[in-house]
Amino acid sequence: MDLSYSDEERAFREEVRAFLDEKLPEALADKMRRGEELTKDDHEQWHAILNEQGWLAPNWPREYGGAEWDAVQRHIFEEEMAAYNAPRIVPFGLSMLGPVLQKFGSKEQKDYWLPRILSGEDWWCQGYSEPGAGSDLASLKTEAVRDGDHYIVNGQKTWTTLGQHANMIFCLVRTDKKAKQQEGISFLLIDMDTPGIEVRPIVLLDGGVEVNEVWFSDVKVPVENLVGEENKGWTYAKYLLTHERTNIAGVGFSQAGLAAVKRIAKAEMAGGKPLIENPHFAARVAQVEIDLMAMSTTNLRIVSKAASGQAPGVESSMLKVKGTIIRQEINDLARRAAGVYAMPFASEAVEGANVALPDPHAAGPVAAQYFNNRKLSIFGGSNEIQRQIIAKTMLGGAQ
Amino acid sequence: MNFDLTEERQMLQDSLRRFLRDRYTTPVRNEILESDSGMSAKIWEELAELGVIGALFTEEQGGFGGAGFDIAVVFEELGRAGVVEPFLDTAVLGGGLIAALGNDDQQAHVEEVIGGALHLAFAHGEPASRYDLNRVETTAKADGDSIVLNGRKAVVVNAEAAGMLVVSARESGDAYDTDGISLFLVPADAKGVSMQGYALLAGGRAAEVTLDDVTVPASARLGDAGKAFDAIEERVAAANVAICAETLGAMETATHLTREYLGTRKQFGRPIGSFQALAHRMSDLLIEMEQARSSVILAAGHLADDRKSRESNVSAAKNLMGRTGRLVAEDSIQMHGGIAMTQEYELAHIAKRIVMADHRLGDTDHHLERFIALSAA
Repeated sequence: MDLSYSDEERAFREEVRAFLDEKLPEALADKMRRGEELTKDDHEQWHAILNEQGWLAPNWPREYGGAEWDAVQRHIFEEEMAAYNAPRIVPFGLSMLGPVLQKFGSKEQKDYWLPRILSGEDWWCQGYSEPGAGSDLASLKTEAVRDGDHYIVNGQKTWTTLGQHANMIFCLVRTDKKAKQQEGISFLLIDMDTPGIEVRPIVLLDGGVEVNEVWFSDVKVPVENLVGEENKGWTYAKYLLTHERTNIAGVGFSQAGLAAVKRIAKAEMAGGKPLIENPHFAARVAQVEIDLMAMSTTNLRIVSKAASGQAPGVESSMLKVKGTIIRQEINDLARRAAGVYAMPFASEAVEGANVALPDPHAAGPVAAQYFNNRKLSIFGGSNEIQRQIIAKTMLGGAQ
Repeated sequence: MNFDLTEERQMLQDSLRRFLRDRYTTPVRNEILESDSGMSAKIWEELAELGVIGALFTEEQGGFGGAGFDIAVVFEELGRAGVVEPFLDTAVLGGGLIAALGNDDQQAHVEEVIGGALHLAFAHGEPASRYDLNRVETTAKADGDSIVLNGRKAVVVNAEAAGMLVVSARESGDAYDTDGISLFLVPADAKGVSMQGYALLAGGRAAEVTLDDVTVPASARLGDAGKAFDAIEERVAAANVAICAETLGAMETATHLTREYLGTRKQFGRPIGSFQALAHRMSDLLIEMEQARSSVILAAGHLADDRKSRESNVSAAKNLMGRTGRLVAEDSIQMHGGIAMTQEYELAHIAKRIVMADHRLGDTDHHLERFIALSAA
């Protein structure tokens, strides 16, 4: 048992820190710190900086232009990125589609699409969920019917994150209605500019627009945009979901969030003393911090297992559940800490207009974030689904 | 012992519930939320005509209610419908303080409030006061027959719509002394009053109010110099009964929507409510709802008691509503899934009302500490 990073890992961490010190634009870090929404340009700027460094695709093999880091290195990278308030890497092309194409795509597809993901030429979004297919994803109904050298796609996807920026969408579509649910699904790449596609924004409860509905009406998709084999899409989707679950614990986000809670609670006065000195509030903070310390180590245990080549199974479900509970608890503490100044909407500031926040502690839109992050326990397989996976795996036939 | 509403209150509840169900629909509310003023003048007027504001004042004050249970009945219905109009600020706090402390001339404003013609705002909290009612740094200095006010008031709800502000200011003592705090009626357009307004996350508007050498006549003072704290505390207790009842009503809507959804939303070929994990969670919410209702009844029923009994019950209720409110809001969203995250779905607004109520006039922790202190006293 050795709880410290190796010399190589420490040197790697220093390298990451030096890079972030030098290359992370201050304006982006500020926006992140204040919890403001990033624009498409912001994301693209940061992607380009990472790409230049060769770090945009930490998990891709070198032959495709990735950094090919092991799980511990990726963990260090993610932790430092969060600690520096660097924007997260938009995952749809890089962590989701990329690995699927590398494993199941044709040579032509890899040669064409992978470099465009790195260069930012394509912005991908994910077409999985549908209004009637959320937790029960395999019940999806959007259908693709083969017509010569095209598929004709009809249906509706929803919760399409940042779909408003995307020019490409990877979709799960039904290609065989007679087969068992999971066996009639295919994985299609669709150009968002194709006639018949309509993107409608969904305004979320915090006022933000980050998800969309995407409607398909007689959309023609060339057959060469089918990934792998027809009706094998569910296998690819599951493979993708295991990649979606890297960094699922969000330890870095939680650590950055906890630091923000402490910052607010130091500035906020309660009964003539800083709130952080209030025993009741301090106990709440300490409780979460203790949980986070343990989870960080749970995460590392699983990460180092993955680095030695063992695929995480049920543990990623455990990390998702505990990780989101902790992140949401931290969001709750942040809104509590801000007191009456949690009440302003602050969307003016979020949208970047020149209206100064009334908040004397620059707490930012903490309540909006609290509400927005209720999504964490819903998306990517809700926590109920994760618990079901854990129960099925651990209790077997009893479930 | 009898837990039934009186006939008058039952009638008030029925007519208010009917009115809001017909008039205050989700599309109407969404339009109000997006409007510049953050409220509907038309609905304000109609509700005033219906007697909603009058029910919040006693007969001597010109109303026909004013007791804890009157406040609770009205606000539970407002909460059920997710109403964002500032009845708390104009009536319970602003109007209530004038009614409690005002002289005959000042009392005339209460009539205007009951009729729906006058809006008020209670400008009390300050950037550094958080939830401490006794912390007042804004100063009031006598200058001949005038009083000069200086200071900054934080998150003053309804300030922009108010014709007059009820401003607290210190005439003597240190920042945390209960003694030395006075209240003044300040016209919102008085020279030296400036406002920076903004929308609130859960609807309505507030402003940062700066008082820069605002000069009012000594007759603008409500009650005796430096002696306003007891009335402030009593009115804030009434306002907390209102907030708790409003939250209870909103929780009723949240659990109602969730029950409906569990019965109709199908995944894996069956209604999601048939999954035990969700069914038990829903049962827990319904158990907590009963606790919440009892807590509101306790606070409303003890509002006219002596200070210790009144404040203990109110702090107990605010603490319990803060805890159960968070549980109901979060679990209702979770059991719905993504749909509850969307602005246009009713639950989104209702959940925000529930959670953000914790940020007004003392949160869960503040009232827990207060309850401890009151129990020890």
